[in-house]
Order: sequence, then structure tokens, then C-alpha cells
Amino acid sequence: MAEMLLRDAMAKALREALDEDDRSFLMGEDIGAYGGAYAVTKGFLEKYGEERVRDTPISESVFVGAGIGSAMIGMRPIVEVMTINFTLVAMDQIINHAAKLSYMSNGQLQVPLIIRTVTGGGAQLAATHSQSFENWYASVPGLRVVVPATPYDALGMFRSCRKDNNPIIFAEHALLYRVKGEVPEEYYEVPLGKARIAKPGTDVTLVAYSGMVRVAEEAAAKLEEDNISSEVIDLRCLSPLDLDTVIESVKKTNRVAIVEETWKTGGFSGTIASDIQEAAFDYLDGPIIRINGPDVPAPYARNIEQLMIPSSNWIVESVKYNFGL
Amino acid sequence: MKQSTFKEEQKVTTASNLENMEKQAALDIFSQMLLIRRFEEEAERLYRKGLVRGFLHTYIGEEAIAVGAIPPLREDDYVISHYRDHGHALARGIDPKAAMAELCGKSTGCSGGKGGSMHLFDIEKHFMGGHAIVGGQLPLAIGIALGLKLKHLDSVVMCFFGDGAVSEGEFHEAMNIASLWKLPVVFMLENNLYGMGTDVNRSRAGGSSIYGAAEPYKIPAVQIDGMDVMAVRETVIEGVAKVREGQGPVFIESMAYRFHGHSMADPSNYRDNEEVQENRTRDPIDKFRDVCIETGKVDGNDIALIAEQIDILVQEAREFAEQSPEPTAEDLYTHIYAEPEGN
Repeated sequence: MAEMLLRDAMAKALREALDEDDRSFLMGEDIGAYGGAYAVTKGFLEKYGEERVRDTPISESVFVGAGIGSAMIGMRPIVEVMTINFTLVAMDQIINHAAKLSYMSNGQLQVPLIIRTVTGGGAQLAATHSQSFENWYASVPGLRVVVPATPYDALGMFRSCRKDNNPIIFAEHALLYRVKGEVPEEYYEVPLGKARIAKPGTDVTLVAYSGMVRVAEEAAAKLEEDNISSEVIDLRCLSPLDLDTVIESVKKTNRVAIVEETWKTGGFSGTIASDIQEAAFDYLDGPIIRINGPDVPAPYARNIEQLMIPSSNWIVESVKYNFGL
Repeated sequence: MKQSTFKEEQKVTTASNLENMEKQAALDIFSQMLLIRRFEEEAERLYRKGLVRGFLHTYIGEEAIAVGAIPPLREDDYVISHYRDHGHALARGIDPKAAMAELCGKSTGCSGGKGGSMHLFDIEKHFMGGHAIVGGQLPLAIGIALGLKLKHLDSVVMCFFGDGAVSEGEFHEAMNIASLWKLPVVFMLENNLYGMGTDVNRSRAGGSSIYGAAEPYKIPAVQIDGMDVMAVRETVIEGVAKVREGQGPVFIESMAYRFHGHSMADPSNYRDNEEVQENRTRDPIDKFRDVCIETGKVDGNDIALIAEQIDILVQEAREFAEQSPEPTAEDLYTHIYAEPEGN
């Protein structure tokens, strides 16, 4: 099996869309002549031309809306918003329009739109460029939220997204683009709404998604050294959410910590924690632990920026302390 | 219609001209305007009776714009609108029964009772919705136009918006990209002089005349009397032809006045009764009827017959709405997500 960077897996996913479906086109800021802010679409303009690889003005609201509008008449647009921070400028189109049109039109309209965007912090880009809003979008009915943690999943889930007829936030973590992983040559898909057991274990369940999956895996390796066996679950999607896999794991391990990069207040970990205690209260041997970034804007300086992003040591200490392991 | 209409920085108001119009065509225009008027009056009655709830924004006084602009479009063109959308929906041919049922929150409504007055949809008729976030429909119109261009079709999108929307960023973003990409959009501004209760002179640095806003984006623009149905019709026919040729968007500012409040909740305290009364003398339906009769195109009997037919249509719409079932509890959960492709 070939190893591939997540960036290259995404490029492959996008090439497939353009090669296989003439209803698909790419649209976004600096995806063409510049080659993409994260170089995912490097060489695309030359290959596919400017009709299908459309550089846009810096007008997030209108180009996201244009994606929605074209989807309303049967196109299958793939819109790139350079970072998830900038999706806030297009929030009206995403939430008031994309997410509502199927419902408000009583199913007359569908919006098969994929919004690719880059999420996460840790690159010293300070408060306006280091945020993670996947959890916000996951709270909106009508949207799907896909958060791959590996090159395999990025390609496999993107293929599933292309067959879905709903507006999708496809959030790629900035620090994962250069992560390598195995990607088979033969065709496969990863269904939306099916979590992955990244590492099986018996003593504690660590739930994570996107950039935090690797951190949780690191923590699991460290806990293993102390003979604590962790099961790491990669949610893969926040919407649809595969709660069953989480609950099943918790019923086995009786302990759970949820790791999430964004702020604790309003974090998706709160929703998951609540769902777990409703479904498996009697199985819990301790409190449900939420390991989130603290409620502070991301600073620039490296040393204090690192203090706000959950780390493997943070997880290890929290698990040991809270569960008395 | 002279080619000069869309020359930049030129303000042209065309007068009604019925010379070349067949009698039946004139009667159709009158009939469509009267249908909207009577539909809206009935909706207001139903609102007062509590059968229509939520926000109800009526189009009374502005009928000439929808009726002048929409019927000249082809079936394969698209119409997208704002929250004051009943007139556009009816002019596009949505069944008054389905529209009234929607206002009454019934499952037989054109949006299944889930959209209400501000969110009428009929995709078969290419009526792509009333949209209730001011300016929010403009990016959608851009997308429909882009889709048409990518499909190499010569259909156009007519996008209605009000004077309130031109203060939104989305308006300027949409104008820029439509012009830049030469998209087939007719920007159809309905300037009724008030964004809810705020006089446009108090909200816009450029004043109440807005069509000049298209100039920096190199979009041909014109301002017309939006209470003159023939002026709207002729301007739209010319404008749509230009857009269909692939020359990019046009911008039509129709000056209008809404006779009633912003919504049923609005007592119109921000404007003088005198101003309202003065504008009522410009009633687009009366004006068109009078011109038709003066020119001998139609007579009083024709008008009376149409009025009778419209009353029956509206009464049937009301009865249909009243008798239709409400959505079921199951309907609450349908269509949140679309079915996968191929299902």
C-alpha cells in the first residue's frame, strides 16, 4: 500500500471529482493561479482551466452563496474557503441558506455543495487565524460536518461526500497536510457517520477528531507504558455523529475522556458527554472528562500558544488523575 | 424601445404604450396585477382572523413590477426573490391555492407549510424562493447564473431585492462578481423608499436614487417608474435580451411605493399619511386600467368581468387553504437532509 500525504490525498480526491463529474467545479480564493494557500490545488488551473478552477474575489459570502445557487440547479460545486476563520464572513449563506433550503422548500431543493476549509491552530497565526468552528457548524441541522484525521479517511470520506446531496463542511486540519498515511491504490469509500476505532483498548476510551486524533494516539502510547490500555475513537464526522461506536466503547472501558482542540465552553465535547451519560450512565466508573482548549483567544507567542492546545501529556495526566489510574 | 435605455448615467422613464399590444395581452396584465392585489387583501383579512401568522409583508402598490417583469421571461429562466414574495410567486404562475395554503401553514402549501409567507418555493416553475435575510438571495442568484453559464444555457436569472439590500455587503459582492464573470443576471431593484421603517435617505449615503450604484461595477443600469407596468415590461424585455446575448448583467431600478406597512405589525408611524395618500393616486392598477380604457383597448365590461373572475380565484384559494390539512408531526422531521444521489 502506498503512503501519501493528506495534502496529496485531497488533491487526488479533487482530481477525481473534476475528472469524473462534469457538474463539479472548484471555486475559491487563490486556488488557481496561486495553487491554493495550502498547495492542495497546485497545477489544477493548468490542467482543468479557469472555468472549472475558479479564482474568486475575496468575497466569501458571495462565492459560498454562488456555490449554493449553482447546486440549486444541479451543479456539484466544491468551494474552498481558505480557512475556517473566514467562513464566519459567509455564515449567513452557510447557515441561513445552504442549511435551510431543503427543509424550507419541503424537499424541492437540494444543495449538494462541499465547502472545503482549513481548521485548527498551533501555527502561531494568533487569535483570528487559529480557530476551530466545526462544532458550531455541527449544531446546525441541515449541514454535514466531516473532520478527517488521516489521508485514508480524507480521500475515502470525500468520495462519500461527492455522493451526498447535502451541504457539507469538510474541515481539513492545517497541521495534518504533511502527515503521511497509507492510501490503497484500489477504489474505496469511507461512509459518512461511521466512527473509527483508531486503537482498541480496555481501560479508558479517548474520543477525538481531526487534529486531536494523533494527540490522543500519542497519549494512548504513553499510557500503555504504564499498563493503561486506551481505546482511541476517531469520530471522523460530527454530523452525522456515530454515537453508537462511542457508547459501545464506554460500556467496555467504563471510562471516557473527550479531547477537542476548541474552547471548552460550547465545545462539542459537551454534547458528546451529555449523550454518553444519557445512554450509559450506569456503566461509568468516573466522571466524563472533557479535555478542551481553555476559553482564551489564541495567542501568537509559541510558548503560551502551546498551553491552549490539548497535548498528549495533558491527556495522560488528566486520565491518571481523574480515574485514579 | 430605444437602445439608449441602458446607457450609463442616463435616467429614463418610459410612458405606457399600448399601441402594439393585443387586447388579450393587456387584459392579462390587468388580471395578473389584480390577482396580486386581491390575494394580498385576502391574506391581510386572514391574518386579522388569525389564520395567517408570523410576518406578513404585502406587495400592495408594487404589483406593476412583478407583473411587468416576470411574464416576459421564458419558462427556462429563473426567478428569485426576497421576503415580500407573494407578487413574484403569483406572477410566475404559482397556484394561488398553494400560495394561500402556505400562508396558512398547511401541508398543501407550495413549501409544505414549512416556509410560510416569506419562503414560497416552486422549483418546477423555476421560482427559487422567497429569501428572508435581506440581501441573502443575491449570492444565490449569482450561483444560479454561474450554473447556467457552466451548463452553456442561455437562460437568465431575475433577482428581486429592495432598497434595504443595497446597504448589505452581499449586494456589492454580488454586483462585482456578476460583472466580472459576465453572469446572466437581471438585478431587479424594487425601491419603495423604505427599508422597513427607515427612509432610504437616512440609510444610504448616495440618496434615494440607487441605480448609479451599478456604475462602478460597469453594469448597465436604468431607473424607471415601477408603478407603470408597461415601463417595467418594456425595460425588462430589452434588458433580458441584452443579458441573454451573454453581455453580462443589467440593473433595473423600479421606483415604487408600498401602500401598507412593512408588515402587518407596522402602523407606518415613520411616514406621513399625506405621503401615503399622494402615492395612492399613482396606483399602478388604476393607472393601467385607465390607460387601457382611454385608448379604447378595453371597456368597463372587460374590467368588471376580470374583477369577478379574480374574486372567485381568491375565494377558491382561501377556501382551499382553510380546508387543507396541517402538516403532520412526522413532517417536522422530513427534508432536513436530502436523500443520497440515486435514491
